[in-house]
Amino acid sequence: MNKVRALIVDDSSVMRKIVERSLRQAGIDLSEVREASNGAEGLGVLGEGTVDLILCDINMPVMDGIEFLRQIQSVQNAKGVPVVMITTEGSESHVVQALSIGARGYIRKPFTAEQVKEHVVPLLEDRK
Amino acid sequence: MKSANEVMTRDGVPEGWLPLLEVAVREVFEIMLGSKLEPLANLDPTPCEFTAMVGLAGQLCGVLTMRCTQNSAQLMTSKMLGMDPKDTDQHMWDAIGEIANMVAGNFKNKLTGIGEHCMLSVPTVITGGDYSFHSLADAGPLEVMFLFEGAPVMVSLEVHS
Repeated sequence: MNKVRALIVDDSSVMRKIVERSLRQAGIDLSEVREASNGAEGLGVLGEGTVDLILCDINMPVMDGIEFLRQIQSVQNAKGVPVVMITTEGSESHVVQALSIGARGYIRKPFTAEQVKEHVVPLLEDRK
Repeated sequence: MKSANEVMTRDGVPEGWLPLLEVAVREVFEIMLGSKLEPLANLDPTPCEFTAMVGLAGQLCGVLTMRCTQNSAQLMTSKMLGMDPKDTDQHMWDAIGEIANMVAGNFKNKLTGIGEHCMLSVPTVITGGDYSFHSLADAGPLEVMFLFEGAPVMVSLEVHS
């Protein structure tokens, strides 16, 4: 697998570190990890350049993950970039909503590195 | 999963919620911290310096509270992040809030027909043990107590109708 540039959007810095560690444990070779603490910051990161993978929480202050997902549909640097939601909001309606507006995967917290691997690796292989 | 339309206990909380809360806590500790919690029957008068709270709104209204000692908070953070306990100071608030958030989310996702219509607040974490807790809840609270690495951890759910 090629080196991967990831953007992790979560208002918890602890959770951002755990997501990064889970990606590495899943065998994903990260060349760069960009972090954002809400959707608005995430849009700012995407304004500076593209990434290969986005992992995003839903419940965040300023701009939540669903609004972020909506807004990146028109961001050039996010075109074709797979987005996986990682969130405590595990209800069916949240999953359906996120998938209907462009998310490619949905992981419920608490999660294992194995679950991250199952959801993320196929998406990265699709991009080869 | 449990249905929302269960028989109520005398505390006004559906039967079956207490074991679900217990499972929700255990799962978070096992998956995210790699720790098995031991049951705790009685609570010592140990001061709990960390209190994390997550609000629930919608079909299920209330507040989930997790309390623990400073040492426990330090160790939880250490296990969660894989770092030395003495290096955890700047991450403790965030880590404890996230654990409470995951417990609340995991619990509500186990309630068929309720989790769908219930939102969580961002967590709030209080430090210090000298405070009084006044709840407007009219049911419960549901309380579960565990030993985490020999120190108590208490999780309670206060429910508003």
